[in-house]
Amino acid sequence: MTGSQKLYLPEVLKGLFVTMGHVLRNLANPRRMPVIFYPEQKKDLPPTTRGRHRLMKREDDSPRCTACMLCATACPAECIHIKAAESPDPDIEKFPEKFEIDMLRCVFCGFCVDACPLDAIRMDVPEVMLADYTRESLVYRKEFLMDHDNKDIVPDYNPPRPVIWTHGPHAKP
Amino acid sequence: MDNHLFTLINIAAMTVVMWLTPLQFIPFFIWLERKGSAIIQDRIGPNRAEILGFRLFGMIHNFADVIKLLMKENITPSHANKFYYLLAPFWSMTVSLLPLLVIPLAAPINLGEHTLHFQAANYGVGILYVLSITSMGVFGVILAGWASNNKFSLLGGLRSSAQMISYELSMGLAIVGLLMVYQGVKVDGIVETQGRLLSFAGHNLPLPNWGIFLQPLGFFIFLVASFAETNRNPFDLAEGESELVAGYHIEYSSVKFALFFMAEYSNMVVASFLISTLFLGGYQVPFFSTEALVQNPQVSLLLLCLLGIIGGGLFGYLVYQKGDQQKGLYTGMKRREPFILATLGFGIALLAIAVLILSFIVSFPPWAPAFLAAAVQMLCLLTKVLFFCWLFVWVRWTMPRFRYDQLMNLGWKLMLPLALLNLLVTGVVLLIQKQ
Repeated sequence: MTGSQKLYLPEVLKGLFVTMGHVLRNLANPRRMPVIFYPEQKKDLPPTTRGRHRLMKREDDSPRCTACMLCATACPAECIHIKAAESPDPDIEKFPEKFEIDMLRCVFCGFCVDACPLDAIRMDVPEVMLADYTRESLVYRKEFLMDHDNKDIVPDYNPPRPVIWTHGPHAKP
Repeated sequence: MDNHLFTLINIAAMTVVMWLTPLQFIPFFIWLERKGSAIIQDRIGPNRAEILGFRLFGMIHNFADVIKLLMKENITPSHANKFYYLLAPFWSMTVSLLPLLVIPLAAPINLGEHTLHFQAANYGVGILYVLSITSMGVFGVILAGWASNNKFSLLGGLRSSAQMISYELSMGLAIVGLLMVYQGVKVDGIVETQGRLLSFAGHNLPLPNWGIFLQPLGFFIFLVASFAETNRNPFDLAEGESELVAGYHIEYSSVKFALFFMAEYSNMVVASFLISTLFLGGYQVPFFSTEALVQNPQVSLLLLCLLGIIGGGLFGYLVYQKGDQQKGLYTGMKRREPFILATLGFGIALLAIAVLILSFIVSFPPWAPAFLAAAVQMLCLLTKVLFFCWLFVWVRWTMPRFRYDQLMNLGWKLMLPLALLNLLVTGVVLLIQKQ
């Protein structure tokens, strides 16, 4: 330590001048402060933000999900509740009759997206401030999760290709 | 009017004023703390609570705080000693409101047969009364810590009472040096003496006769000790969150917590008043004694108007700039508010200019000079007090907390010997001057 540091008081004065400098500069020019006025101003989220979930759709607007339960199994917070039913399409075995995500439990880890073999679930809706007044409204149902235009939100998003059955009863030519 | 009746009414009125003063300072101080900490850290600070779109830079948050603290559940823990547990916050608050009674706000005004005093209680013991009352604040802390029957409370209470007692010694000794210089303990006498010019070996120096110039070391010791006395950063070990959760008031909620919180801020207001009164000349305007102000009302008016012009103009400019920068953000009253306030600030500045011009045309009525001088002196004291309030906030958001052994070392091994040395040097110099 140098002499002035040992005396302590000169260093205190130096510190006081630093903080006073901030005060005077901020008073003279409030725009200098790196602040966002939240509800009025919102920060631009980066394009790959892991945001709200959505369920992707096929061309006929039926869910791409086949109720394989991999996402529900991978979920560490156990917030995905799926009830499978027989699909009306003879080429597809199952479809989710009920698909609910309990956002009060979700930890936004993205494991469900990684687990999905069909790219049926994505977390690319750029909404991160999910708040509401009731618990019920924060359990997202299938209809809500599929309420979108099925377009890629992230322009250069390159998902893993869906599995195409090359053998077995559902194989497509 | 009967002279005794006049004095009685005067004292009663001043008691109410001096009792309300710290209470009025508390919300302002809390606002200053929040906004000051924010602006030191490059943040905006509280600005959301509003009444009809008026936000007053976050001052409305104090109303929200009051409502919150009154509505909360008022818990008394079953394991606490009920009587002492309830006594502690009231004790703290009462003790913190009392010392201001002896502080004079302005020089007394002579109204012919009566004298109007701006001091509630002119005790013969003067400053000793303040010392004795502030020492009783320790009881509130130790009672709260013990009666809560909680180990963290007890540790916090012990720590802060040990700290308050250690620093009280150096604080008292710093004041003793001052009393030796001013030859008396009465506060009005001390302040009156500070209105003269500093004289050294028969020559008048171009400095006011303030305690800070006569007793620089004493001032420093008193300042540091008052930071420690009020349990304020860098001496806020009583509330070391990581070690003690919140110190002696962990078990207190709702209004009882509010009382402790208010007592803390009220103590700081009292400390600011004390430092300004003892070491910075109290109500004395530097270089303008009371007689000079009364004889030259133009000077008082000029000082008042300059304050209005500079203060109003600066306030108006800063608020206008802020409103202009944030114009696109808000709608309605929220958008118009800064411009309304800026108009108010510029209006005050214009009014001050108008009064200044008017004072050259219209002559002063006979009662005006004394009251003008009193107004100037009150504003002068207010300025000094506000500076020390800001200093409390400023230091808190600049410095880290001391460790407990560092605190005790500083108090006993540095401050106490320094205070004794100060006393010795003061005594020797006074003796030499006498001969």
